[in-house]
Amino acid sequence: MTTSQIPATARYAGFPFPFPTDVYRYSTNVEPANRPVATPVGQWGDSIVAIDGEYDAELDERAAILAADPSRHAVLPHMRPAAWDACLTLLRELAAAYPDDCVLERLTDGRWHWRNRRRGTDLVFTYGDDATLPDEPLRWVSGQVQEDIVLLDQRDQLYGDAGVVTFAADWSFGFDVGMSFLEIHGPVPRIRQEGVITRAHEFLMRLQPHEPYRRTNWTLTIGRRMDVSTETYPEWGPDRELVKVVDDQTFGRLVHLRVEVQHLVRLPDSGAVMFLIRTYLMPLEVLATIEPWRERAAEVLAELPDDMAAYKGIDKYQARAASWLRSAGSGALLSPGGAR
Amino acid sequence: MTLRLVVTALDDSVPGIRSITLADPAGAELPGFVPGSHLAITLGDRTNAYSLTGDGLAPSTYTISVLRVADGAGGSVFVHDRLAAGDLVAARPPRSAFPPVARATRHLLVAGGIGVTPIVSHLRAARRWGRETQVLYAFREGHAAHVDDVLELAPDAELLVDGPDAFMDRLEKVLVDQPLGTHLYVCGPGAMIDAVVSAAAATGWPASRVHLERFGTDALAPGDPFTVRLAKSGITVDVPSGTSLLEALEGAGVTVPNLCRQGVCGECRIQVGAGTPLHRDLFLSDEEKASGSTLMACVSRSEGPTLEVLL
Repeated sequence: MTTSQIPATARYAGFPFPFPTDVYRYSTNVEPANRPVATPVGQWGDSIVAIDGEYDAELDERAAILAADPSRHAVLPHMRPAAWDACLTLLRELAAAYPDDCVLERLTDGRWHWRNRRRGTDLVFTYGDDATLPDEPLRWVSGQVQEDIVLLDQRDQLYGDAGVVTFAADWSFGFDVGMSFLEIHGPVPRIRQEGVITRAHEFLMRLQPHEPYRRTNWTLTIGRRMDVSTETYPEWGPDRELVKVVDDQTFGRLVHLRVEVQHLVRLPDSGAVMFLIRTYLMPLEVLATIEPWRERAAEVLAELPDDMAAYKGIDKYQARAASWLRSAGSGALLSPGGAR
Repeated sequence: MTLRLVVTALDDSVPGIRSITLADPAGAELPGFVPGSHLAITLGDRTNAYSLTGDGLAPSTYTISVLRVADGAGGSVFVHDRLAAGDLVAARPPRSAFPPVARATRHLLVAGGIGVTPIVSHLRAARRWGRETQVLYAFREGHAAHVDDVLELAPDAELLVDGPDAFMDRLEKVLVDQPLGTHLYVCGPGAMIDAVVSAAAATGWPASRVHLERFGTDALAPGDPFTVRLAKSGITVDVPSGTSLLEALEGAGVTVPNLCRQGVCGECRIQVGAGTPLHRDLFLSDEEKASGSTLMACVSRSEGPTLEVLL
């Protein structure tokens, strides 16, 4: 089978479509992890970490971002055990989910042997001994998984005291390091009144090892751009104006539904909470070819209240995205030069 | 998730205390645990929680130590009189409710009697991560578990065997002689915990720096059994102790939308027709709980023997 015969949706077989209903509101939408979800184009959700065709490209991009801007990585001194715990936990999850490519073995002397054929990694390390890895453990393991990683220390509240975040959606990890969970979520509209975030916080405070949970979140992103962090706003911010004036075909190609699968894991040694963010992007022109998703996304975007759209940074083009998706039902927008 | 474990060793070298080693029957690695975690084990018809004393990183065995309490609820007597090597037991995965605080500049660990068990696992982690510790361990001479472990892991641990008054004298001196950022952890008999917590408060320790482990578990109590009547379908379903209302309804073939099964997400809310709900969720507001008109089936139960729901 040649490349041209693969349907456009094959690349998106693991896409986690985030809308269970026609109305989207913030909720504490957590559910147990490791449960596969069948979709019209494939399946997602059967593991904590997910590797797909973007693996090498995204890891290369992450390495370049970290090299250019070290503030995307931080481990406050008291988080060193949590960083090791996260590192080992992620390697275990990779080995469990991708046994053909990733193997983690405990040697008789207690050291760990890690092999990742996809990345050409083969090394032996001692848990807790920084000198046995080529880099700080959290930063190093961020070169093995597509997920962004935040580690929360539990005191009277949860504090975001470590992480590697290169693919932030309109926020800044460097700015948030050391903040409490409640402070980090301060800017989100509605959730304080509705108690969503305090419930989520209490839930996380009680989270136990070996009982991982997940949720999804979403926004729209212009272009296939993983790094839409506050730090790079000058590069992508103007696109929000630009996209208002492009033609319909370009609009469908540029505007992407951005979905985050977020996993919540109580680390089994340090007791820190590991928050993983796996980002998926699907252009509207592909979304429109999957009929139930096209209809559902159009309804959600048309209904989304202004304050929520503004917080997501999509208020300038949310209405056009909704009407674009509705019109795409006729197929008129999808073929170049098609009649409109 | 339930673990099936086999008893691989029993140690009765300390009078009145039995130490038990458990392993996976096939020798597989066991779920790791945070220092200070406990293991809830089903022994006979009872489930009891015991602190894990080993190293929680990729463990091949779990070890617990059980004090014989002749007039207790029966779990410890079962362990001492009936448990034998080769026995199979069911356990839930370890739960963490007494973890070390990552930002502490020093860990002041205070143990009384069998309360030393979670302290031992704290000391193992402290050694791995180079944490500064100070240990006070009070016990009755001849009845102390894990003295060798404590002295190996913390050679300068103070062993206090001269009774409660001498212990409190020493504790009060130690409490006022700590660097800023020290956290205090105490595990032991209830009266001892109360005395240590009071002494810490009296010497100006903020409550957020004082951590205590009473024997028991933070998991939701199994609750009393009750009967639920489904007003619309007219059927009744028994909800035994240890089974949630949601599980009981599912077992009777009644579908209730649900997601988190932890009382957080709000999905499994159901309407109450009669009876008084015993709310144990984080979702409903105080006003909603007080009204008694709905409950979250995954965690909440009934105050009385019967509850009617509008299903």
